[in-house]
Parts: sequence; structure tokens; C-alpha cells
Amino acid sequence: MIIDHPLLGPRDAAEFVYLGDARLIDRPDWQGENAARLFHDYLHVRDNPAGEHRELWFHEHGDRSWLVVTRNTLTHEIIRVELARDVALSLGRGR
Amino acid sequence: MSGPYRLDGGALDRSRRLAFRFDGRRLTGHSGDTLASALLANGIRLVGRSFKYHRPRGIFTAGSEEPSALVELRSGAYREPNTRATVAELFDGLEAASQNHLGSLRHDLLAVNDLLAPFLSAGFYYKTFMWPKSFWERVYEPAIRASAGLGRLSGEPDPDRYDKGFLHCDLLIIGAGPAGLAAALAAGRSGARTILADEDFVMGGRLNAETHEVDGGCGTTWAADAVRELASMEKVRLMPRTTVIGAFDHGIFGALERCTDHLAAAAGKPRQILWRVYTKRAILCAGATERPIAFGGNDRPGVMLAGAVRTYATRFAVGAGQRVGLFTNNDDGWRTAVDLAAKGVRVAAVIDVRDRAPVAAVPDARVRMNSQVTATRGRHGLNGIVLATGERIALDCLAVSGGWNPNVHLTCHQGGRPVWREAIAAFVPGGRLPGGMAVAGAAAGAFTTAAALAGGHRAAIAALGEFGRPPAGGDPPVASDEASDVTAFWHVRDSRGRAWLDLQNDVTVKDVAQSHREGFRSVELLKRYTTLGMATDQGKTANVLALAIVAGQSGRTIAETGTTVFRPPYTPVPIAALAGRARGRDFRPIRLTPSHHWAERQGAVFVEAGMWLRAQWFPRPGESHWRQSVDREVLQTRGSVGICDVTTLGKIDIQGRDAAEFLNRIYANGFARLAVGKVRYGLMLREDGIAYDDGTTARLGDHHFVMTTTTANAVLVFRNMEFARQCLWPGLDVHLISVTEQWAQYAVAGPNSRRLLEKLVDPEYDISNAAFPFMACGEIRVCGGTPARLFRISFSGELAYEIAVAARYGEALMEALMAVGEEFDAVAYGTEALGVMRIEKGHAAGNELNGQTTARMLGMQRMVSKKKDCIGNILSERPAMNREDGLELMGFTPLDRTEELTAGAHLLAPGASAETANDEGWITSVAYSPALGSSVGLGFIKDGHARVGETVRAWDALQGKDVPVEIVSPHFYDPDGERLRV
Amino acid sequence: MRYSALQILKEGLTGNRGWKPVWREPDPKPHYDVVVVGGGGHGIATAYYLATAHGLTDVAVLEKSWLGSGNVGRNTTIIRSNYLLPGNEPFYELSMKLWEGLEQEINYNAMVSQRGIINLYHTDPQRDAAVRRGNAMILAGAGAVLLDREALRRRCPFLDFDNERFPIKGGLWQPRGGTVRHDAVVWGYARGADRRGVDVIQHCEVTGFDIRDGVCRGVETTRGAIGANKVAVCVAGSSSRVMARAGLRLPIESHVLQACVTEGLKPAVPGVITFGAGHFYVSQSDKGGLVFGGDIDGYNTYAQRGNLPTVEDVCEGGMALMPMIGRARVLRMWGGVVDMSMDGSPFIDRTPVTGLYFSGGWCYGGFKATPAGGYCLAHLVATGNSHPVAAAMRLDRFAAGAVIDEKGMGAQPNLH
Repeated sequence: MIIDHPLLGPRDAAEFVYLGDARLIDRPDWQGENAARLFHDYLHVRDNPAGEHRELWFHEHGDRSWLVVTRNTLTHEIIRVELARDVALSLGRGR
Repeated sequence: MSGPYRLDGGALDRSRRLAFRFDGRRLTGHSGDTLASALLANGIRLVGRSFKYHRPRGIFTAGSEEPSALVELRSGAYREPNTRATVAELFDGLEAASQNHLGSLRHDLLAVNDLLAPFLSAGFYYKTFMWPKSFWERVYEPAIRASAGLGRLSGEPDPDRYDKGFLHCDLLIIGAGPAGLAAALAAGRSGARTILADEDFVMGGRLNAETHEVDGGCGTTWAADAVRELASMEKVRLMPRTTVIGAFDHGIFGALERCTDHLAAAAGKPRQILWRVYTKRAILCAGATERPIAFGGNDRPGVMLAGAVRTYATRFAVGAGQRVGLFTNNDDGWRTAVDLAAKGVRVAAVIDVRDRAPVAAVPDARVRMNSQVTATRGRHGLNGIVLATGERIALDCLAVSGGWNPNVHLTCHQGGRPVWREAIAAFVPGGRLPGGMAVAGAAAGAFTTAAALAGGHRAAIAALGEFGRPPAGGDPPVASDEASDVTAFWHVRDSRGRAWLDLQNDVTVKDVAQSHREGFRSVELLKRYTTLGMATDQGKTANVLALAIVAGQSGRTIAETGTTVFRPPYTPVPIAALAGRARGRDFRPIRLTPSHHWAERQGAVFVEAGMWLRAQWFPRPGESHWRQSVDREVLQTRGSVGICDVTTLGKIDIQGRDAAEFLNRIYANGFARLAVGKVRYGLMLREDGIAYDDGTTARLGDHHFVMTTTTANAVLVFRNMEFARQCLWPGLDVHLISVTEQWAQYAVAGPNSRRLLEKLVDPEYDISNAAFPFMACGEIRVCGGTPARLFRISFSGELAYEIAVAARYGEALMEALMAVGEEFDAVAYGTEALGVMRIEKGHAAGNELNGQTTARMLGMQRMVSKKKDCIGNILSERPAMNREDGLELMGFTPLDRTEELTAGAHLLAPGASAETANDEGWITSVAYSPALGSSVGLGFIKDGHARVGETVRAWDALQGKDVPVEIVSPHFYDPDGERLRV
Repeated sequence: MRYSALQILKEGLTGNRGWKPVWREPDPKPHYDVVVVGGGGHGIATAYYLATAHGLTDVAVLEKSWLGSGNVGRNTTIIRSNYLLPGNEPFYELSMKLWEGLEQEINYNAMVSQRGIINLYHTDPQRDAAVRRGNAMILAGAGAVLLDREALRRRCPFLDFDNERFPIKGGLWQPRGGTVRHDAVVWGYARGADRRGVDVIQHCEVTGFDIRDGVCRGVETTRGAIGANKVAVCVAGSSSRVMARAGLRLPIESHVLQACVTEGLKPAVPGVITFGAGHFYVSQSDKGGLVFGGDIDGYNTYAQRGNLPTVEDVCEGGMALMPMIGRARVLRMWGGVVDMSMDGSPFIDRTPVTGLYFSGGWCYGGFKATPAGGYCLAHLVATGNSHPVAAAMRLDRFAAGAVIDEKGMGAQPNLH
């Protein structure tokens, strides 16, 4: 597979390490209500869709960017690649 | 050479005579021959035995689709089993042997299987061999295995070298027949980066085997001219002897180039290269494969595909027989008769199933229209056929054509499913093709040369247009041939004898009928039950024929019946080629520390750790057992001073205004208030609350920390920290860089470590206990101005330091440490002594931190701060991970001090029976403790701290041991830590 | 029709025209006592044991494609009970015992071949882990033998013992491990279930569940609605997709595991061998092909195909371990979609929907579990209680913290 890195252009997927569902960005508030349940769901439960999937890839053998790749799990077609940091900021994550 | 089978013409270099051996017989051929053409030229028709019935097998095709003519090529460690004679280029000195027989090829004792054939029908083995039960492994299976299989591996390591390479292009053209050449010319002339790959050693495809005209001249000549023009183009790469094996995601293709298989020896070159080809577009011009017709006795050597017979005559100048017959359902088959007759080969008969006028005049041949072959005669080879009318015709070769199947394989590698096209009675590419792929020529069902040339040209222009490259120069070439009429015809129903579908796996029409009767009706079930199409040829000639027969039996159309799935590789690829150079020493990269060569010079024994080679111990003269070396290293370190290379620990430089806050969230314990100039031990949890790494982090400045991780987890920890930095808390001002390889680091441990270091540390730095106490750190200079970092930390339990310098000074520092250490009798110690001392101190390491361990199990639950957010905090509170009677890390000593403990022993109560329910824990790490004078172990046991002093058994039935042990504190040595604070 | 050598003789003498269909091809009835979703190994085995162990024969197995078209038809055929943890090992040992009596019980030769499985070790920590595992196996009655270099050399002289990178120090051997002809397992169970009245229905895809008031009362299918008192789902590879139709989200990701087979060869490799320093395991089939595989590709996918780098990595392991296989040619590479769970271990459990049961999360190890998976799911469905050896395989174990993490990789499926 080839991932079109937003900063570096097309790169072989072998340069990357795969983590999983991009919802792992959305880590719950540790002091929130039901933190135990929310952390359980956050870490363990997956939509695992057959179709478009937003997922995290780490450019380990490259610039060490975490990327959010939108990829079709039926065809492996890649629809969009974003810097995970941008995605996290857009979700309101900060300090 | 000459002889009754060798004809005039052909693409052979007759000036070069090549000697070769087949089953020990000395034979000759010419440059340009394949092994198959040379065997035919020598009149050899029996070349092998089939898989199941050990029936005689000959040469069936002239290409990579060959199901029958498989040989063991070469000898000794170079032996290649199952090599298709039809694609093996002849070279001088070639050795080949027939395979899969017991006794000689002609008198194969296992041919008895054929007599038993009625009892060996489809799936017979699922119905017997069950009694007595123990006979399967001992009797039945060994017998089945010995008679099945095909060729033999040599049993020796493959002596050849293999390479891998990466290619990038605008356009990959797969197949250099008329469509591929036309496409490549169009692409090449436009200046596009083009790769033209073909599995054959001569490009041109069917143009080399046919007598059509192209652009008014000889088609073969046109092909050669086209190849010459392409070779002159700078941006065109021609890759003959290269099979594109698979279409993978995003325009990446795998291709296998055979570099030296056509030579007697590789002579230092790689035998084969596996290419990964990155393409913008690809055009599949893979042509088509002829299919046979099923009739009684159609497996006899001498029965061949008609196109192959034509190829042998035209390209290889070989008559496949001296009295050749043709059995066809289409016009194309007639070309074989016409071309052979023109070459002077006696064509004795033409049998066409169609009720129509003869297609061409074939002199002296008995032409039988609306007629069928029902049986063949001969033992080791064909000597005659019988027609439905009862007419007998003496023949030594029967050319059969049932039509052509487009080579759609690569179009299916990403889920595409071919569709049936009735007009040509064949499957053509359909469904979702791999991205960027187009198909042209016969592979797309365009069966004339004229259509192939035009289609290839058109496909190239279209592909170039898609990335904005204008076409340049030249119209597509034109050819003389016309469409060939075909009437679908599959099986001669009047045949009484067995009619073969899969020649290699011995699957007949009757087997297909039986499996259908038994309920295996889906084509996939049929394939699995009968093994049809599962042989080395993957059913390239058999599958469609079998599908048609299944369709006939079930009353469905072929389109409804569907096909099985084509998978990579297109033709088989050696495992060694897929591995490339990654074997032996080069299997994985090797990481060496800066003082590795110093350690080598001391005679160190090395051990692998996370790709690093680390010194395990340093044997001295007179030491015959590793324990002697390790005990000495431990005692000398504890008695005076020892030095250990700890460069391999992961090192991460952390800077930024929020670095302290960031670390506070990465580690389970607090780091926010760590003072500048201090080091702290840190425990890291995964988000699931499991302890996964530990180490120390030093605060070098307000906004500057340097972390160490374990050797094994260095990469993972860094990855996880970048995840936290970029994805969880992108607003924190913190930056990370891995500096593992930038710093060489050494532990200097033992009561004399300070005195030793004082001799190296520049005098302006005070490292006395008062000025530089336990857990202090600082940036210093050593050896007269060399920058270094000093950490007063201890893994050994002694007064100890770790000192780091830039990697390029590592070896010099090691030498300097040893030199100034001479007066203290300083010793270099390796990972074994390191391990002994950490076990004596009760420090957890890899055997304890195995990804299944909680902080609680380590006795560190109080370190997990509940006052702050950190990775793993919340989920570490889950109930099953906090059971009161949970596992706890403890020490274990044998009651009999002379007994040796073993890691991996399980812990059972005295008298308890050995069963899972009584399992109370296990020993994780053991060492002989020179300090205690006995074997000691660390391990996890339920509710351990409450059970100190209790006796349990270290039960290791695997190694025949059952040792009574006492549960003790895991801190065997200096439990109060007095030695490291002095 | 009982299968035997005598029957083969009789049929052979009469032209093999008397063989009867192995199973009926019934149309679905409007209602069954139990509907099993998924006609793979686990689904068919569940139906078989519902009928034989619990006397429940008003059972249908619904398969969306052809029988055994999922992972039971695309695995590397290995059976073993060499697990470490008490949540797993007794279960796999039950499976091994069922394998050992399977063929005689179902009168179908699935070629259960106990030629042994060896897991090699290359370092001291790996040896320590092997000893711990071997002892856990002995405690569970599975049996294990620690082979030192010399014992190993006698069995497998072709291994690269002195590999310059990862010399082989020894291996943990389970003599009872081995291989089974994978397709034959589903055929044999299907034949046995069919003969006891179970309806095995191919080409019938479940498109929804009839759930009212939190109770599952049947399924919607491409061949109409089918009512059921209980519904058991065994659709590994598609678990998330199918269970989503019942409104459930699972601790599962779908990944592709590739495998390869070489051309047929005369016997060369005894039993199953697993490399400890790379991703490679191999056995040789009765037909002579070397069947081998390694790690999953590592990204979520539902495509039954993978990419070349993974296959290259596996072959690198093969060449590092046994360089004599270099000239064997890979004939075919294929992929199966596996349910990777969050701790690498499976589920056999009830669901929050009453009457709906689930078996899945088998990762890349479901084939060897086929008999016990079917046996324990049948037990759960028929009795309402988990079978003791499968009691830890609960869906709520992550909430409780009672994970069964053999490899210690945590909640990241592609690391298991």
C-alpha cells in the first residue's frame, strides 16, 4: 500500500506502523463521570466497519508523524490522509 | 542437430549445439530451445508421471501453463523439483530427471495405483483409513505421502543468491505479445517511463509462434523490430524472463526476474530478483491459454494442445510427431494443421466437432467434420486414436484445441471476478479490476492479432491520457488475420475410457460427476473435494473445461456456475526469491554499540537483545564454564568495581515548557516536582493498566529531561510517547527525540566506582557523596574536556553510576575506564552478571515485565498516583487486577541450598496434585547468587507477601524437577539499600 | 451410508455410481429450536454437538455462501493445545481430545495427523517462557517435551541451528500436535449433523435479527424470515458486521492473515515447526505442499487478500530457519479475514440480547478450536451455562480486567 503523507508525499506503507481506529485520539476525561466505563469502551470496543475506516498510522521509519488515514477496508482504497495532530486539535484536544 | 523431429527454420541458433542429460541419457539441442523442445526434437515423449495414478505423462503445452512435463532440474544442492520443461531454457550441461516414480520412469512400480483407480476415485481417502486408529500416522499417511508429492528437495541449503529491487514507472505493460508490444511502442514514443515485462526469454508472444503478417511483413520480424526500437528508448525498460506474479494494492506489482536460470552457473550473480514495481497505470497484455477437450484417454503422452504443437514447429523447429492429427472445435486449431503441413510435417487427420465445411485444405489428411475422438491407443505414448464412428487412425501426436481462455488471473487479484462471454466461449476480465489496470489483446478476449495490436495501442494512449501525456508518433500496426469461429465443445460423451481434466492431479470427468452426486456442487467445493486445479499449474488448462462440465451436470449455465478465485502468484515463485538476501547473518539488521569491537577484543561472548549484540560475559583464560566467568564478574563488581556497556537502553530526549507535565502523564508515578539535577525511577503503564516498561528519567534543566527505557521496549515507548504528544495532548509544549544511538553509556558499579570515576571526571566537577548523592545527575566533562552526562543510579545495588558520552567517544571511554580501573582490579561485566545482580536485588526485568504484569504484582501499586491523569491509571483499577489473593513478586530459595532452581517451574503446594487448578504461580528468573552461595529465584505467587517463610514446590515436570522452596522477600541482597547510598 | 474400505470396494466395482449425497439441500423451515448463523467449522460443529450431546435436532445452520467458505477453508490446518494461561489451556486440551476421537465418531477421515508441533527457542528468556508454558501444558494434561539442540537435530537435521543471527537453542514439543485436513472437518461434521436431522442451508445470508423486548426471536435472511428460540452466531471474520445487525459492538477488529502453499514435494518436513525469532511456521500436507504462514498484515481489512511485504517477511523467516526450502516454489498465497480480539483470546458467551449467543474473536487460532468451540457453544446454548473450560471466554472480561492475554500485548489486536 502507499500512503500519501500530507508533508512528505507518497510513501510505502512499510515505512509506517499501524495502530487502529482513529477514535483512540478521543481519550476520555479521567475525572469524568463513568470514567471506568468510558475508558473500557475507548480502549476495547470497535465499530470495525466494512467500508470507510479512519485509522492511525505512525511514520516510524520516517518523520514520526502520526497520521489519520481514511481507508476503505473492503478495497483498501485510501480516501484521505491527515496529520493526527491536526485532527486532535480539531476535536478540541489541547493540553 | 538434426533428426526425424527437427524441422527447418525456427528461432534457434543452430551454430550452438548444447549437450544435456535427461534421466542420465546424453542428448543435444540448440541455443534457443527449451528443455521441452529439445526433448521433443530427440523423440522423447514420456517425461514424467502423474500425481495420483502415476500415469505416463508427456509434454502438453509450450508455456508456463504446463501441467505434465515436470522435471527435477540440476543436481546436488541446486536441484529444483517440479520445474516445467516447457519454460526451462536449454543450456550446455543441463541435467534433468523425471520425477514421481518408484523404479524407472518407464517401469514405475507405483503405476499399480492406476489399476486400483476404481477404488481411488474423488475423495476416497475421506472414507477409509480410519481403522485401526493408530494406523493413520504409522501406516496409511506415510504411504500416501511417499507416493504423492512430486519432486524432491535436495535437503541442502539453497546455494544461490537472490536479490530484491524496486522499480517505478508510469506504465507497466505485462506481456510482450502483439498487444504488449503495440502498447509499449505507443507509450515509449510518448516518452513515458515504461516497463515491458514478459515471462518468456524472447519477446513477441504468439507472434513468434504464428505465421501471421503484421504491417505487411512477417509478424515475428515485426516483433523483433519493435523490441529493437523499444530497447533504444531511454525511458523504456525491457524485462524479458520476468513474470509479473501479482497485482497488489495501490498499483504495486510483484515481478520475478530470472537472471541466471538459463545459464549453467550463476557465477556470482543473483539467480533471481524479486521486483516490487510501483506503477501509475498498468496494461495487462497476458494473452490467452488454450484449453483441451475431454475425451477418453486424452492424457496419453503425444496428446498436446494445438497451439503448442504449432509453437514447437514454428518457433522451435520441432515436429511434435511424425503423424500428427488435429482435434478441434474452432478455426484457430486448423492453423496447426496448415502450419505443420507447410513445414513438411505429415498431418494425418483433422477431426472437427463442428458440422460445417472444412476450414482449410490440408493435403493428405483425413478430414472428418462433425466428428469426435472417443479413445486413444498407446502405452507410454500415443500410437492411434479412435473416432466415434469406430474409425481408427494411427497417430503419434494429437493436437487438441477446445478454444482459448484469456489470461485474466491478475485482474482477479483484488477481488475482480471474470464474466462469461458467450461469443468466444470464454471468461473475460470483469468486476473490479485492480486500480489503474487496463486489459488489452487476447487477455481481454480480443483473439486476433489485428485486434491485439489495435487494443494494446489504444489502451496505452488512454492510460497516458489519464496522466496528461499526449500521444506521439505512429498509428497502430495492422495484421492480416481474421476472427476465428469457435463452437463451445467440452466433452466427448461417447468416450468410454476416463477423460482427464486435470492431467497432473488425475481428476477425470467421472470424478467431477461423482463429487456433484455427493453434494459438492459449488465450484469451490468441487475443487477442494477433487483437488482439481490445485496442482502446480493451478488448473490453467483445466479449470474452465471442468466448470463447463459442472455446469452441464447441474443444468446451470457456465456464467451461473462461476469460477474459483485466482490468487497470486501467477506462476510459482521460489521461497528463496521471496526472502531475498534476508537469511543467515543478513536475516535481520545487527546493531553494535560503540565499544562493541573493544568487547570483541576482550573475547566477549555476545547475545542478541533487540537487534543489538550485547556482551553476555567475558571469559578469562582457565574459565571452562560460563558460570565461572559470571561469578567472577559479580564478585569483583560487588567487591570493588565493574563496568558494563548499557548503551542499548533506549534514550529519549524530552524538551519543552511542558516536558515535566508530559512526563507526569506518561509515567504512573509523579514527575512534575522532580528537581533539576535529579533522577527518578519511573514505571510506565499501558492504557490497559498493565506495567510495560520502566527506567529512569533525569532532569537536566527546567525544560529538559532525558529518559531511559528498557532495551526491548525502546521503540515502542517512543512510539507511544509520540502518540500521546501528537494525538492526546497536542497543546502541550514538548518535543521528543530518540537519542539511543547518539550516546554511549556505561554503568560503573561497585564500592570503588566513585574512586575510579574521580580519576576521569575533570577536576572542576565534585562527585563526592555530599555533592553528588544517590539519584543525582549532571552534565560534566571527562578526560580533559569531553562533554559527558553522569547519573548516580544503580541496577546492581552497589554504589554506582552511569556515564554517557557522545557515541563516537564510546570506545575511548571504555578503554579509559578500564585503564584507570586497573588499580582497583576493575572488571568488565556482561548481561549475565547484570542479570544476577538485578535478581539478587529483586529488580523486575523482561521475564517479569512480560506484558501480563500489574503494578500491584510488582509491589508497586502505591507508585500509581491517583492524584493525576496518566496513561493506564483508570483501567489499572479494574477489579480482577486488584484481587487481594492476586499474584505477587517474591523471592524463592531452595530448602536444600545445593539444589538449582529453574525458571518456568510452576509453584504448587506440598502434596498438591499436579493439575491446573492447583497452580499457584511460577518462577520467572533464576540465578546462582555468589553473594548468597545458592540458587535464587524470583517469581509470582498468589498472595505472596502474606506467605513469607512458607514452603512450596518449584515444580518443573518438563525438566524432571520438583524442588521444595521457601517463599522469601524478593530483595535477597542488601534489602535496605545501604550500599548504594554510601 | 457408512464409509469404510468395504464400501469403497463395493462402489469401485460398480463404477462409483452409488455414492449418496453427503448432506441434503433442504429449504429453510419457518421456525427452528436453534438457528446457528455461519456454516463454517464452528457453526457446523455447534450444530453437530447440539444434536449429539444435547439431543437438539430441530436446528438449522445458515451459511451465506458455500459450506466452509470462511476460515475453515483457508487456514494452515494446525492443531495444538500448547497454550500458557489457565483461561485457555484446558479449553484447547478439550479440543485436542475431541480431535483424537473425531474421525471414528463422525465416520469421516479428516486426516487428523498427530505428527507433533515444535516451537523453537533461541534465547534464554524464550527458553524460560517455553518451560513455563510446557509445565502449564503438563498441568492441563496436554503433555509437552523440552527438546535440546541435539534432540532437535535428530528430528529436524535441516534446521539452521547455527544461524548467525538467531541460533537455535531448543524447542518445546507437543507430540500430540499436528494437522488436520481442514475442509474435511466441516464436511464430516456437516454429514454427521445432517444425518441427525440438522438442516444445513447454504447460500442463505442472515441480514438481520428479529429482536423484540430484548429477546431474539429469529433471523431475517435472503431466503426469508426464520424464527428461532435461540440464535447462535459463529461468523468469525464477519463478527462485527453480523453482530452490528443485532445492535452490538464488539472488542474485535478484522484483519487479514495470509498463508502460502508450495508445489507438491516428497516428504521433507516432519510435523509442524514454528520459528521463534521471526514470523514463520510450516508443515507439509499429505499432498506434499509445504503449508506455511506467519503474521497478520496488521491493518483492518475485510478483503480476503493481503500484500506482498508480509509474504516476503514470512519467507525471510523460512529461509533463516530452514534454507533447504529455498528452491521450493510458492504455488499460491491467500488470505483469510480473522477476528482479532483485544487480548488475543476468543469469546463463547451470551450477549446482552436474550436468546442470542456469540462465538468469535478466534484470532488466527480458530481452526484447532473447532471441536471444543462447537462443543462449548452447544453446551452454553443447550444448558444456559458456560462449559467450565470456556468460562473465562466472556465478553465482559475487559471491563472486569480478567483478560486472557497469552502474548502480553495489551488491547492492540494487531500485536497478538
